[in-house]
Amino acid sequence: MEKLISIIPRGSSSQSMFILAPIFAIFLTLLFGSLIFILMDYDPIVALKTFFISPISNFYGISELLVKATPLALIAVGLSFCFKNNIYNIGAEGQLTMGAIFGGGVGIYFYDSSSFLVLPMMILAGAIGGALWGMIPALLKTKFNTNEILTSLMLSYVALLILDYLVVGPWRDPDGFNFPKTRPFGETGRMPVLFEGLRIHFGLIITLILLAVSWFVYSKTMFGYQLKVSGFSPRAARFAGFNKNFLIFSAFAICGAFAGIAGIGEVSGPIGLLYRDISPNYGFTAIIVCFLGRLHPLGIMFASLVIALTYLGAEDAQLFLQIPASVGFVFQGLVLFFLLGTDLLVNFKLKLKT
Amino acid sequence: MILGIINIILIGTTPLIFAAIGELVVEKSGVLNLGLEGMMLVGAVSAFVTLVVTGSYLIALIVSLISGLLMSGFFAFLVLYLMANQVASGLALTIFGIGISSMIGKNYVGTPIEGLDPYLFIILSFIVVVLTGYFFKKTKSGLIVKAVGESHDSAHSLGFNVLKIRFLSILFGGAMSALAGFYISICYAPMWQEGMIAGRGWIALALVVFATWKPERILLGAYIFGGVAIMQMNLQAFGVKFPGQFFNMMPYLVTIMVLVIISGDKLRIKLSSPACLTKPFKKNQ
Repeated sequence: MEKLISIIPRGSSSQSMFILAPIFAIFLTLLFGSLIFILMDYDPIVALKTFFISPISNFYGISELLVKATPLALIAVGLSFCFKNNIYNIGAEGQLTMGAIFGGGVGIYFYDSSSFLVLPMMILAGAIGGALWGMIPALLKTKFNTNEILTSLMLSYVALLILDYLVVGPWRDPDGFNFPKTRPFGETGRMPVLFEGLRIHFGLIITLILLAVSWFVYSKTMFGYQLKVSGFSPRAARFAGFNKNFLIFSAFAICGAFAGIAGIGEVSGPIGLLYRDISPNYGFTAIIVCFLGRLHPLGIMFASLVIALTYLGAEDAQLFLQIPASVGFVFQGLVLFFLLGTDLLVNFKLKLKT
Repeated sequence: MILGIINIILIGTTPLIFAAIGELVVEKSGVLNLGLEGMMLVGAVSAFVTLVVTGSYLIALIVSLISGLLMSGFFAFLVLYLMANQVASGLALTIFGIGISSMIGKNYVGTPIEGLDPYLFIILSFIVVVLTGYFFKKTKSGLIVKAVGESHDSAHSLGFNVLKIRFLSILFGGAMSALAGFYISICYAPMWQEGMIAGRGWIALALVVFATWKPERILLGAYIFGGVAIMQMNLQAFGVKFPGQFFNMMPYLVTIMVLVIISGDKLRIKLSSPACLTKPFKKNQ
């Protein structure tokens, strides 16, 4: 390929390609996805329709889409604080889990309280739990120079095991017939639903507020500016005298807190108690959302809807076409592959050699 | 009984060794591939399906290895030639692998097969470790791979083809992951089940760090990690009340501790970790 096409650097990154690449990626994913469906003997039109259109053709479906997009967008925008600063925190799954443990612990302790303060306390505890868990890799990175990719990833599995220990051990529901789950939170420990009969809950509002806050921080504050500069050019940041360790800590803490709130949103929203599988990989999938949304709050909002659809579509595909639900992961993997591939076009031009 | 335990540890630990030694070579060349779990799953399912369809272990092994080469080759193309982010590409590989393996294996869950004797592969795992150690210490090619991982710019100025060397290292890693998958679905289990690698890819990744990128320490680490897991099961059988989750955390916690120990010291991290790990290589700069 190298023989035929030469890759020429652009003088400056292409703004249009920056926005077009994610759209290309989604288009290529659909194309490649239909190819896989054909190879597996499914009618691609029927499969794609079941996957991408019928799940959101009614109010219930759209509510379900938002239920899934809510944690994804929130974690992804948290991750953007790290990624903008070139910190590869890939442990959001662990931070989400720790948030759910901290907040869920409050919910279990106050399960019979009628105070309206229970939910706010749970959310606060969730944010603290996630932030603390996120600050471990930050501490190790700033104090001992450890690679945050590896530590944040390893800590995710540690957090999942702690949750597992709690729900089969000390926090197991005394009236739960030995099932590995905690007692349900009380009424006061649940996120209020936004519309009667639908599952979409108050977490959506929190996510939208935090998206707006993040946009404000990035575009209007010195802190956001420092994050961007130190990610773009560490040398410039050093000359400007930005406090590198402070930026690392705050990026991790913000990301952890957002992921923690997403975690408590899940357990106090649709789930209502703690058990092993509180998150279908939201913490890892949010990395895709973050990249697809170009680390930008508005982009992340759209990307979270696209990726949430892969979850929803996969459920329908399993129900109606007996395609395993993990086909959703195939689409998620593909969209990230194609995005990373087409990203080349942002900074480089392709030219045919003659 | 002791022999029984050693036997179980040997059988259970071998896939970790295969996957980890492959990833070690990849990382030595300066690339971090987080796609181990995905490549192992695809290696496992392609071996299993091929065995059921053809009945031949050899063809199953070959198809499995090819699947590993394809997956890792695609990853290599992305990160080397399209200069994509290695962390994200690796995660994409794992996510894609989880999905595609369960689609391929959908009709084969629970199909019975005759398992293959693991001992040949246990011996093979030792040989691979020794050969990899020899490769890095005594051969010119091994030194070149190390040079590329330590400083791709110097290696490039010396006239080595950085991208080609990395491509080959990544392919080796893919083949070894697939071999680990083959071993799990054909020798260890022997069966196919969705997500049957069950996090071994991440443990193997931890193992490379634990071994501070030294092949012979992979063996040591793998048997410690494997031994701890077996000990947990045995202690529970004896009725010792200690939550197994804390045993299962050990590999991750110990790896973080090793990272802290080697990273705090500037000289030590230089001696252990490849300096160009996760850094993309661009020519003409």
